Amino acid sequence: MTLALAICVAALALLPLGYIAASTVDVGWAGIRELVFRPRVGELLWNTSRLVLGTVAVCAVLGVGAAWLVERSSVPARRVWHVLLVAPLAVPAFVNSYAWISLLPGLDTYAGALLVVSLSYFPFVYLPVAATFRGLDPALEDTARGLGLSSWAVFRRVQLPQLRVALLGGSLLVALHLLAEFGALQMLRYPTFTTAIYDQYRATFNGAGATMLAGVLVLLCLGLLLAELRLRGRRGYARTGGGAARPVRPVALGILTLPALAGLAALVALALAVPLASLGYWMAAGASAGLDLGLLGATTGTTLGLAAAAAVAAVAMALPTGWLAVRARGRVATLLERSAYLGSAVPGIVVALALVTLSIRATPWLYQTVPVLLAAYAILFLPRAIVTVRAAVEQSPPVYDDVAASLGASAPDRLRRVTLPLLAPGIGAGAALVFLAVVTELTATLLLAPTGTTTLATAFWSASSALEYGAAAPYAVVMVLLSAPATVLLSRDARRGLTT
Amino acid sequence: MSSLTVTDLTKSFTTTPVLTGLDLHVPSGSLTALLGPSGCGKTTLLRLIAGFDDPDAGTVALGDRVVAGAGRSVPARRRGIGFVPQEGGLFPHLSVAANISFGLPRRQRRDGGRVRELLGLVGLGPELADRPPHQLSGGQQQRVALARALAPEPSLVLLDEPFSSLDAALREETRLAVAEALRASGATAVLVTHDQAEALSMADQVAVLRGGRLVQLTDPRTLYRHPRDLDVATFVGEAVILDADIRDGRAACALGSLALERSCPAGPARVLLRPEQLRLSAPTETGPVARVRSVDFYGHDSRVWLDLPSGVTVSARLEGTDVPVVGDAVTITVRGAVLPFPSDPAGPQHSREGTAPAGTFLDEDVSTEPARVS
Repeated sequence: MTLALAICVAALALLPLGYIAASTVDVGWAGIRELVFRPRVGELLWNTSRLVLGTVAVCAVLGVGAAWLVERSSVPARRVWHVLLVAPLAVPAFVNSYAWISLLPGLDTYAGALLVVSLSYFPFVYLPVAATFRGLDPALEDTARGLGLSSWAVFRRVQLPQLRVALLGGSLLVALHLLAEFGALQMLRYPTFTTAIYDQYRATFNGAGATMLAGVLVLLCLGLLLAELRLRGRRGYARTGGGAARPVRPVALGILTLPALAGLAALVALALAVPLASLGYWMAAGASAGLDLGLLGATTGTTLGLAAAAAVAAVAMALPTGWLAVRARGRVATLLERSAYLGSAVPGIVVALALVTLSIRATPWLYQTVPVLLAAYAILFLPRAIVTVRAAVEQSPPVYDDVAASLGASAPDRLRRVTLPLLAPGIGAGAALVFLAVVTELTATLLLAPTGTTTLATAFWSASSALEYGAAAPYAVVMVLLSAPATVLLSRDARRGLTT
Repeated sequence: MSSLTVTDLTKSFTTTPVLTGLDLHVPSGSLTALLGPSGCGKTTLLRLIAGFDDPDAGTVALGDRVVAGAGRSVPARRRGIGFVPQEGGLFPHLSVAANISFGLPRRQRRDGGRVRELLGLVGLGPELADRPPHQLSGGQQQRVALARALAPEPSLVLLDEPFSSLDAALREETRLAVAEALRASGATAVLVTHDQAEALSMADQVAVLRGGRLVQLTDPRTLYRHPRDLDVATFVGEAVILDADIRDGRAACALGSLALERSCPAGPARVLLRPEQLRLSAPTETGPVARVRSVDFYGHDSRVWLDLPSGVTVSARLEGTDVPVVGDAVTITVRGAVLPFPSDPAGPQHSREGTAPAGTFLDEDVSTEPARVS
């Protein structure tokens, strides 16, 4: 029963990938040669790869540097900085790029795109690296200092090797997000695969051209995902020996305190203060032209309703998979879990494209309806729900069931009094993560939302595409306010919810 | 409470046999320890008794009531058997009081008096009732787990290595409190352990398991003084094993001619001594002279390692602080009789003479057992 459900979930998750593969076969080798091996694709490949490489490099430097300052140096107000460095995650990347380009229209270059997406994505590196710093045994660093190493040598020879897994994991996350990023780059007029697929789709609806571009993009994503799977399979370095780790004695910065503070302040200013100030400015400018509170309220209501429905659907789909992954460990369970992860590594634009075409062909009565939109959300955000549900199932080992049975509780009783209460926090957290992701989802919603259904993201998008920056600002502000709680959650528990 | 009778119990996981025809009887109101190394099947036995798994063959009976086997299987929740898992297994989402009253009928769950009474039974104060489990020490968690298991007044309580996760000081204290609570409640109890000191000190009878079979079932004193074979002897305590020649009702060995605990056919044999049977004195002409190789000083007593002229190393347990120093020559006398085991040319041979540390099976035929069924 559980197994059958999990198989259905995996099948749904793999639907977009299957669609791309089937269309590729349909198009045939000659078609592939014509559609893929052309200068336009080469140009997109070059644009995409140099942006990914540049962003990963910048994010790695910013993330590791900031994490070291916050976790291991004597910089003042470390807890405050930690929250401020995670906070940029509350501003969706497309809102961030709107904030920048509306102030500086000249940012539609490689350098501009690099700046904006790096500022949006560096927390993906900062969070896991900071968490790893916190988990490192300070005794190792003390030992290294005792052996005569300088602070720099300690960082390079002791800390960096232990950070490797977190750093690579964070970098891969940045790369995967960037490959899937559509809104921010379209707004910056920087052409990559996602924007090209979107333009093709607008021009030819469901032509083979868009599908083949999607195929190339999916291949890039799968390559990165394989790298991530190999990385995840490898364990990090464990602390040897038991006992509690002693608190860390931070490295005294001395006269470098001021430059360090200035650096952190500049980063936070660029990543957080500029977008917020820009939003505030356009809010004020738009308010003078009149603010339609009724429309804003209705749009918010629609968005919250869709997000809640998607959260329930994703968690319900995650339960069988997460349960099997813990309670029936084995090749089948792993395969099903991996299928769900694999399915959602596909960028939102590709998922949307696949669902549009499939629903038109196979189930025309479902085309442009809420169920298809919810299916897209579920495919995209399923891993967030699986990760938390799985962790919750791990918190509830079978021994509790045994004990409850020995105390006379019947099976429904055990579910009600033991299993569900133990799973509840994980289910809640998973639902919250999916909910917040849907609130700011743009790409799939643009393509799949039923006519007349407007969410915060699509309303913001149509206003800002028409260069009505003032009218767009209120929707962005509501999205930022709704995302803020997730950011607080992330800054507390850095290892959770990052796997997308 | 009632007695427990296990008859010819057999269980395999896939193709690996874990229990092979095991018989066990636990009298009503007694505490029986199941002692054995990892992988001997003791936890599997516990799970079959509790009803978490079903046996392939054989029966489990509580008093006269058959609960497993012979074509029937009473589900765990109807067996009335209390279970205390390894790490306590307290429900993390419930307070101490709610944990303890979990198995009580709905009406009694809110009865604070019953919870206080049970907390008192396991030696804990009523102020713990409202705490969440994670605020308790490991020992307190184990005691609450026992109180929870005792609350519905089960006919039998099963404890699965309840002290193995506690550190030494806490273990002793918790062990005393648990033994006290079990005695006060009058419950029949089965305790799984791999710690022979725990089994010997707590139990009324000890069942030694090896390779899925019951090897010996007896009271702790008899087990220590009259183990069934040399394997059991070394598992339940430190042992000095020497090759000997049995002649005229005495054993001739590296420590001289020694009296026998029981009769034994003449010929080659091995004899068992406990290190506390060895006494050391200044060298005389009569006894064998040994040289002190090293001394482990524990305060309350000491272990002295001795090189015998034959090249064998044995250990002696000495009380007090009057201990020889390394290099001293001493004469060894043996107090009491030694236990002979006739050599069986066909059976497994223990290759080494000398002292074997406690808690090990000399004979490694058990190592082929899967580790997961510990």
